[in-house]
Amino acid sequence: MIDSNLLKNMVSIYGPSSREERIRNLIIKEIEEYVDEIKIDQLGNLIAHKAGCGDKLMISANMDQLGFIVIDIDEKGFIRFTNIGKCEPIHLIGQRVQFENGIKGVIFYEENSTENKITFEKLYIDIGSNKKEDTLSKVNIGDICILANEYIENEITIISPNLDDRLGCYILVEVIKNLNNTEYDLYFVFTTQGKVGARGAKTAAFSIEPDISLVIDVNRARDTPKQERSNVKLFNGVTIDIMNNSYITHSEIKNTLLDLVVKNNIKYQLEVSDDDITDAGSIHLSKYGVKTTVVSIPCRYVHTSSEIATKEDIIMCLKLINSFIGKL
Amino acid sequence: MLLEKLTLANGVSGNEKEVRNLIYKEIIDFADYIKIDKIGNIIAYKKGKKKTDKKILFIAHMDEVGLIVTDIDENGFLKFSTVGGVDKRVLVSKTVKIGENKIPGVIGSKPIHLQKKSERNEAFELEDLYIDIGVDSRTDAEIKVNIGDYVAFDTKYEEFGNGCIKAKALDDRVGCSILIDLIKDENIEYDFYVAFSVMEEIGLVGAGPVAFNVKPDICVIVEGTLCYEMPNLDSHLMPTRLGYGPAISLIDRHTLYDFELREKTVSLAKQHNIPYQYRKTSSGGNDAGEIQVSGEGAKVLALSVPTRNIHSSSSIIKKDDYFNTLSLIKYLIPSICKEDK
Repeated sequence: MIDSNLLKNMVSIYGPSSREERIRNLIIKEIEEYVDEIKIDQLGNLIAHKAGCGDKLMISANMDQLGFIVIDIDEKGFIRFTNIGKCEPIHLIGQRVQFENGIKGVIFYEENSTENKITFEKLYIDIGSNKKEDTLSKVNIGDICILANEYIENEITIISPNLDDRLGCYILVEVIKNLNNTEYDLYFVFTTQGKVGARGAKTAAFSIEPDISLVIDVNRARDTPKQERSNVKLFNGVTIDIMNNSYITHSEIKNTLLDLVVKNNIKYQLEVSDDDITDAGSIHLSKYGVKTTVVSIPCRYVHTSSEIATKEDIIMCLKLINSFIGKL
Repeated sequence: MLLEKLTLANGVSGNEKEVRNLIYKEIIDFADYIKIDKIGNIIAYKKGKKKTDKKILFIAHMDEVGLIVTDIDENGFLKFSTVGGVDKRVLVSKTVKIGENKIPGVIGSKPIHLQKKSERNEAFELEDLYIDIGVDSRTDAEIKVNIGDYVAFDTKYEEFGNGCIKAKALDDRVGCSILIDLIKDENIEYDFYVAFSVMEEIGLVGAGPVAFNVKPDICVIVEGTLCYEMPNLDSHLMPTRLGYGPAISLIDRHTLYDFELREKTVSLAKQHNIPYQYRKTSSGGNDAGEIQVSGEGAKVLALSVPTRNIHSSSSIIKKDDYFNTLSLIKYLIPSICKEDK
């Protein structure tokens, strides 16, 4: 079953790329009693080690979230910003945001703009202030805010911002808490700056030098009305990513995973996509190379304030990772 | 200023030799250790009076944007490609210097009288432009230049106006010059590394090997950065402003700058009454992109001198911004090294 409380806390807590302290501390609290050693590197990656005698297995998920960084505050107190992580400006209009200190605001756009295309330069954040000084007393240039939509859960699905990739982090935490005997030398890594191009994953893989790497991410389900054709659908189980823009799976790991899903009755789907860079792109090329596969949870509306994933798919992903660790 | 010599030297990406030799000569007597690595980066180390367990690296890139000769036609005109992000619209009628012998040339194009109406509304494509070196035939041209020769803008260094400097290649000779001043200062308390990198303008090529070699904990990138302040422009659309002090980077295409380093820099600027500004755009990028993720990673900060008409033949900086950047860096070193002690 899914620990709704923990998942809700994990998706709601502040931690945009480069400012991951809060989510990192939350994860440390959850896992510290279950691992042998915890390390935080220069880029802020959280590396948890559970020693074993076998191959070095690194399992990672990125813990940062989409954010918006303040670049300017005008005379009337409106905030101008730019995005940290990929998203569509048009998805942001009317959305609420929250700063680390709790200050909330709403994103809107220059309505009388003569150009049709909405770009970040035409968006602003209104925190309900009456002048520059008022805004400056609450928000500084360089501050980063996050999407503030609430976490919603029903019997079968979860709707929330930041499922990408706090869902991956949640699965890692659950795996760590339920560790049985494994012959792997296990490294659990919660990476930083995944949203801006797998930066944390690069230094983490460099210091760990894993033999094998599993990356847990979410991937775009394109099963909504009039969407482009794709295999990936919600409720169809965990996804094994054969290829994306930054990597091709290692066939040995892929075959192991395919054996495991059959043996353990795990619902799964395969994906070949042109999706963005995942941490796997950095990890599989680290040093002498790392056998790498991405395992994903299908998710709708990725990089918006309302991402949707299903409980069943999450559980299938958890089952697959657990069976991989226990397979030896 | 030394900046005059530095900007008059030519160092289009991949061909930084002249700049490298100049910098090497300037700093050899002041560095405690200096080496040129396999792709041409200069890496220098300067001992301070006190030891520190923090490895700080300051880096500026030696290369500049420019052109490269790709073909010579029957009339002796040179065809070329750009090296780095050069706006083709700034090229027409510029004077240039070609190759090691600095052969003078002029970038030619069709005169306005002969242009069709539609042509007048659009910028020339590179294939419509050529470099004229004043010869009559390919054979004549081949005596002076070769395919593969680098082409740099030919711009006089001038100090003008209210403390402004006009020159080519201010991105990033201004950073090189500041770091040379830094290494010549015998009063810096702590040890630090300085690097002058190659090929930044064509994709941060030199910085990776520098970082791999030095393995810094903290790296400060010293740059010339874009500056654009047309009248009636909303303040958030001006990336930096001339004369408003060193620009502290928040974000760019490759990097999210370390929050604590940034905050420390701002508080030092306030404490010592040094003007500063934030760089208000996520466009562009610099060596930080490679250095932060090299090896086990490094914390990065970028301080830039606002540079108008960047990547063109005539860039402009303000001397105040130069000296304010230098003094902020000097305050930064002890402030970084002292902590946790």
